[in-house]
Amino acid sequence: MSEAVNYVQKLRPHEFKIWQGKKPLLGQIDIELTERCNNNCLHCCINQPEHDADAESREMSTDFVKGILTQAAALGCLTVRFTGGEPLLRPDLAELYLFARRLGMHVILFTNARLITEELALLLAKYPPGRVVEVSVYGMTPESYDRVACCDGAFAEFRRGVDLLLKHKIPFIVKGPKLTFLQGEQEAFETWAATIPSMEKLPGYSMNFDLRSRRDDPLKNARIAKLRATPEETVAMLSRTPLYLKDMGQFCGKFMGPPGDKLFNCGAGHGTCIDAYGNAQLCLPLRNESTVADLNKVSLKTALSETFPAMREIKAANPDYLRRCARCFLKGLCEQCPAKSWMEYGTLDTPVEYLCDVAHAQARFLGLLGETEHAWEVENWKERVASFVDKNWPEGKRSAEELKA
Amino acid sequence: MDITLDQTVVTSEDVVARVIEDELIIVPLVSGIGDMDDELYTMNETGRAIWSRLTGEKTLRAIAADLAEEFNATNEVIEKDLLGLITELVRRKMVVVQ
Repeated sequence: MSEAVNYVQKLRPHEFKIWQGKKPLLGQIDIELTERCNNNCLHCCINQPEHDADAESREMSTDFVKGILTQAAALGCLTVRFTGGEPLLRPDLAELYLFARRLGMHVILFTNARLITEELALLLAKYPPGRVVEVSVYGMTPESYDRVACCDGAFAEFRRGVDLLLKHKIPFIVKGPKLTFLQGEQEAFETWAATIPSMEKLPGYSMNFDLRSRRDDPLKNARIAKLRATPEETVAMLSRTPLYLKDMGQFCGKFMGPPGDKLFNCGAGHGTCIDAYGNAQLCLPLRNESTVADLNKVSLKTALSETFPAMREIKAANPDYLRRCARCFLKGLCEQCPAKSWMEYGTLDTPVEYLCDVAHAQARFLGLLGETEHAWEVENWKERVASFVDKNWPEGKRSAEELKA
Repeated sequence: MDITLDQTVVTSEDVVARVIEDELIIVPLVSGIGDMDDELYTMNETGRAIWSRLTGEKTLRAIAADLAEEFNATNEVIEKDLLGLITELVRRKMVVVQ
């Protein structure tokens, strides 16, 4: 014991670095409680019909989800994200929420807010999730919202749900898809979003939509592909924020360079996403059967400590991937990954042309590439990135010098 | 509220205490414990030694005596520190005085 000791240290989640190298096996877990949704959005990569009896019958039971949460807590997990589909379709959502909170977890809830009730809002007020609720918004008028959600009356329910969150002072943020026919509503959306107390910055937008992640519907895939932002639209959207160049300078100083032939260069498998049927996935969109662990057969700990590390060693075999992606220094700008490849082509290592085009457009805008250059052919990429970092993120000069070295 | 050494204290049901990688993490369960709803708390070794004894079975004076032996310090120093910590934890609704 000693004089004036600070026995208790208060931390916010983003400051939570007390472990310093001996961090727990699992920091956050994502659980898709259902793939069913009461919306039928044009651009969605996963939704099944709300009343799909087959999908519902295969979903994890309440006890099974509780078992996963208990295992996760034992592995040190501090945050669970409940997502879907629409997780509020589960009648046991409140029970699972409270169970997770009583295990000492924070809960991130992804929802369209249509099924928020007075009772649920009261529960969230009494037992705060510890993290903001994230509400997806599909339009600012009944006409536009219901058109995207393909569901009459959805907008009114969404607004009622949001009003309940506001009434009970539940912190939430809003986000939405960037669709061409919502273009005229962007200002109204952002003006409204700015009135929400917990919105600290502009809403996030999805625009480079994923194809169906279960590869279950070619017709929907064709529609999704048409709804995607073009590479030029993507660049225009990303670059509209005043700090874009500085942010990119910082980003490029850390995350550029050829990934080589290892397929998983991301955080996949360091955490996990549990699908609605009890399979532990390396990440949320990667549903290829060869890369999941069935939690009916193995424990969460085994999946994380044995199954996933082995999967993360998988190397690319596709010659096109090895010629292009493995040698491309735009790794940080490109969303190419096994999950995207799987959704687009049914393999883990096929270059996704759309993502390649988006990354190249961004690199050209940033001055990292000439108009006709392919990034995988650029030999002096270190000098280019270092120069870009020097110019746009002077504080990162050391990073630039390290890159040159 | 004045807290005396003759009182007993228990940890509150409004928080969840977890030990993760040898660190004691206290997660508020209900609103109004921290300044922000997403706050977590961690305790140093001494704080943990105190927290683990807040079961309501011993008075603070008896806990202080235990700790004085464990940490090779005088009762006077320990009692002062203990009361300071308990006062802080009561203010944050993380413990309850019985």
